[in-house]
Amino acid sequence: MYTQGLDLVPKGEKPEAPKSEEEARLEAAFQRKIDEEIRIEPTDWMPEGYRRTLIRQISQHAHSEIVGMLPEGNWVTRAPTLRRKAILLAKIQDEAGHGLYLYSACETLGVTREELYEQLLAGKAKYSSIFNYPTLTWADIGIIGWLVDGAAIMNQVPLQRCSYGPYARAMIRICKEESFHQRQGYELCLALAEGSPEQRRMLQDALNRWWWPVLMMFGPPDKDSWHTAQSMKWKIKRFTNDELRQKFVDAVVPQAERLGLKIPDPHLKWNPERGHYDFGEVPWDEFWRVIKGDGPCNRQRMEQRRRAWEEGRWVREAALAYAEKRRRRQQSEAA
Amino acid sequence: METREVLFEYVLRLGDNALILGQRLCELLGWAPELEEEMALANIALDYIGQARMFLSYAGEIEGKGRDEDQLAYTRDVLDFRCALMVQQPNGDFAHTMARLFLMSAFNEQLYGWLVRSKDQRLAEIAEKALKEVRYHVRHSGEWVIRLGDGTEESHRRMQRAIEDLWLYTGELFTPDEVDQAMAAEGIGPDLAALKPAWQQKVEAVLREATLERPADGWMPTGGKDGRMHSEHLGHILSELQFLQRAYPGLRW
Repeated sequence: MYTQGLDLVPKGEKPEAPKSEEEARLEAAFQRKIDEEIRIEPTDWMPEGYRRTLIRQISQHAHSEIVGMLPEGNWVTRAPTLRRKAILLAKIQDEAGHGLYLYSACETLGVTREELYEQLLAGKAKYSSIFNYPTLTWADIGIIGWLVDGAAIMNQVPLQRCSYGPYARAMIRICKEESFHQRQGYELCLALAEGSPEQRRMLQDALNRWWWPVLMMFGPPDKDSWHTAQSMKWKIKRFTNDELRQKFVDAVVPQAERLGLKIPDPHLKWNPERGHYDFGEVPWDEFWRVIKGDGPCNRQRMEQRRRAWEEGRWVREAALAYAEKRRRRQQSEAA
Repeated sequence: METREVLFEYVLRLGDNALILGQRLCELLGWAPELEEEMALANIALDYIGQARMFLSYAGEIEGKGRDEDQLAYTRDVLDFRCALMVQQPNGDFAHTMARLFLMSAFNEQLYGWLVRSKDQRLAEIAEKALKEVRYHVRHSGEWVIRLGDGTEESHRRMQRAIEDLWLYTGELFTPDEVDQAMAAEGIGPDLAALKPAWQQKVEAVLREATLERPADGWMPTGGKDGRMHSEHLGHILSELQFLQRAYPGLRW
């Protein structure tokens, strides 16, 4: 799954101006590489702002995978068939794998996974606001696959060409798995759409609840997203939030129609002049509120992650103690 | 009972053991002590759900009444389930989760290891695929039994407790009833008692390395695999597992 955190910069943090001639020279050379589409690798020189932006973005992405397992995990014991259960389990397993993979990509930038995870548990790091919404019925699992993973793909496909090598490479693998998840999600929705009135009701209700939060996944509107310009210049980003949001709406409206669903937006209308769908204003107040911690499930999600971490402490301590004992035993055997 | 009925009952047991253990592991998603373990648990749960699907599909075919894997998994009540008491036990703390997985997977390793030579071709094929998976489960859970047993004071105490709590349910696994005996006579299933020494050797070796004490063999309950006396847990497991199929019967999902 995915992060929308691209633009969620702590207040007051701005890209710093180069401090010396030497730095200006390095930065110019760095920008030339970017402009020539040469990948930046971990050992290359990079501006501090670039490093910070990437750490923030990749770790938010990793956190999103880890928190994103929870709303789906809520249904794994209740999946309606064994095939669906197996698919959901495999998807959640993939997400844990993405999390690990992304934390590793982040570690190439000089932070540790432990630091990043502690930040998440301390409530200092962001993750995608979408996972702060509840999964109330089985249809939510289909909608998450179809739309949440769909939005993720829309965002991540351009990230495969991100200027930072380890992130771009991680994205190539992750995108493959996400598109698989999306097809499975749509197929789940299709089964409900072709099912009973109760199943169709579940599906429509799930769409009604998820539609706006999904559009929020692309981040704040371009006019409020001052950070986008710098990220585009560094080729971390290739499209603006609004561009991606539009592409997504254009792609999914016909899919929703095929499912016989009504998108909960009275302003949604095909605009032949623009060649795009027009759509209503995303409830941005809600977005900022959820991002700041006041969504339906923010507390619950963090509480579960903290509890799991706390309750697992003795296990991790034991694993360390055992590894240490073994090391000492091997040393004394060697001596 | 006719041979076909006995075979149905036997394969159902294999399917139900995998299903209920897999379902128990599903409950743990999002609760693992670390990220690698989150992946491992989901992976192992997936293996067991996969095994359950193969066994239950086959059981449905043997029965010949048109029941598929889902009808068997989702529309039987407690009285018709045939899973060992071991797999019904709650996850408890991480020590209990790993101890249960270890004791059960080590049993499955012996069982499937025998079934690959079963006279029933289909069972042999399923066992061959499943055997590769359970070998990994035994290794993974066995390593945790050792790590926790020989880790800190606290982890040692917890793992010792878990092994003691769960030891009680190992007896049923090796106690043959008429179904096991009939299958053994046909060359379809093993003589359960004959599997025990290898299991015991494996388990005792791990316990030794883990600096844990092997519990004494006292009275051990039975009644899970033959369905005569399940645990109270099973009804709750089923109420969660079967919720959607029960609330909306007969639909396609």
